[in-house]
Amino acid sequence: MDIGSAHQLLELCAGRGQDMAQVVAEYEAFRSNTSCDEVRAQMHEALTVMRAAIENGIQDQGERTHIITGYGHLFQKAINDGRVLGGSLLKNSVLFSLAVGQHNAGLGRIVACPTAGACGVVPGAVLAVAEELGSSDEEIVEALLVMGGVGIVSAAQGPISGAEGGCQSECGVASSMAAGAVVHLLGGSAEQVFDAASLALQSHLGLVCDPLASLVEVPCVTRNATAATTAIVAANMAIAGIPGVIPYDETVVAMKQIGKALPESLRETSLGGLAASPTGRRIYKEMQDKHSL
Amino acid sequence: MAQIGLFDVVGPIMVGPSSSHTAGAVRLGLATRRILGTDVKKAEIILHGSFAATYWGHRTNVALIAGLLGMSMDDERIPEALEIAKEAGLEYSFASGDLGDVHPNSVRIKAEGLGDKLEIAGASIGGGRINIFEVNGFDVDVDGSYMTLVTRHRDEPGVIAEITKVLAIHGINIAFLDVSRKTRGSDALLIAETDDEISDLAMQHVLRIAGVIVVRTLPRF
Repeated sequence: MDIGSAHQLLELCAGRGQDMAQVVAEYEAFRSNTSCDEVRAQMHEALTVMRAAIENGIQDQGERTHIITGYGHLFQKAINDGRVLGGSLLKNSVLFSLAVGQHNAGLGRIVACPTAGACGVVPGAVLAVAEELGSSDEEIVEALLVMGGVGIVSAAQGPISGAEGGCQSECGVASSMAAGAVVHLLGGSAEQVFDAASLALQSHLGLVCDPLASLVEVPCVTRNATAATTAIVAANMAIAGIPGVIPYDETVVAMKQIGKALPESLRETSLGGLAASPTGRRIYKEMQDKHSL
Repeated sequence: MAQIGLFDVVGPIMVGPSSSHTAGAVRLGLATRRILGTDVKKAEIILHGSFAATYWGHRTNVALIAGLLGMSMDDERIPEALEIAKEAGLEYSFASGDLGDVHPNSVRIKAEGLGDKLEIAGASIGGGRINIFEVNGFDVDVDGSYMTLVTRHRDEPGVIAEITKVLAIHGINIAFLDVSRKTRGSDALLIAETDDEISDLAMQHVLRIAGVIVVRTLPRF
């Protein structure tokens, strides 16, 4: 049993007459010589860590970050004061992503999903939707298995790091994974999971990795929030019957080729883009002077 | 191509901000502590390349000390590692240095424990994965994805055969075996990466082999 592509995963679901979450659980149980129950327990542990990261990230007022200043805390305060637009879903998805991104930047415990730099995207989209729908933990774990399935086929066919593929391969892939999970929570089909994943990734193609001062702070943390909301939008479109048109596997290959075409300066080296802007350079210099060995 | 694991893409669970510069650094420190085999009392640490340039942003220094204190990459005490080191009596120093033609995220650690010393060099190669490429002047290749047996022994006929025989008797299958020495008849190093757990009993048996001086085991980490 192998899951090397979305095509293969969809064929396995159809061929076995099984739900995608179950196929992914059986794949992992076989691969790592364990049981589906153990795989689900491990996924539940990831869920627990994501929730704790949200809680802690909202409390974090930026004591351990260099540039950003408690973004989850700021956003929570603005929600409480009634200063931000949108319903609870939009507010929560932004809040949760910012909180997890802040927590990661401030040396907090997170689930890299698929990377540490993009760790706020999946909790932001999936847990905000789960709260909206009143999903049980068991339902969320099933959605996270589907999310992992999208991640596996992405990693099998494309880069999953800013250094290789730019931010499209971190926040972009995280957004695809989250979109797949949201479709599952909404009761969509396996095909719609990958329509949503395609639509989400298509919205991130070409996105470069140009963090200020080599930190996982700006623009990473706020970009996690926009990638989370894009995942929800993509899932809604897929549920409405809007297709990805370009199959997910081909979208991932396009992402990979775009990554190869990106100059090194835009792949996590902090030599180009925002990092090389006058303000970006000034902030980098200030930090270097303060910390040189 | 190796199959992608579910928890390769949903994980690792780690303390941020960076899998390569933070989580990988914790694992390098932890590997050093485990090979040393005792609490670390003193550590001289040389940071190379990207580790030297960006350590402060990703707290690579804090992460390395956390590992030397025995913490794993998801330990929530990592941020306080420097203070904990002070309480634990671990003296450390950091310097920037050129380790040569090695991975940009590389580090050299001279560690002293209770009566034993160790010098190790390794790299954090992405996603929290590491590669230890030098132990006490010997070229090695250890990534922590297997159970590992490390011995220092005299370079004499039959020592390696005895070690592999003891592992076989204990039902331990060797996946990779790496043997090196500096000069003929000097101390030599053996690293066996195994599929099976290396029990304390097996380790004690290896230590009783004539010519074997030091034995350490590393769990998967």
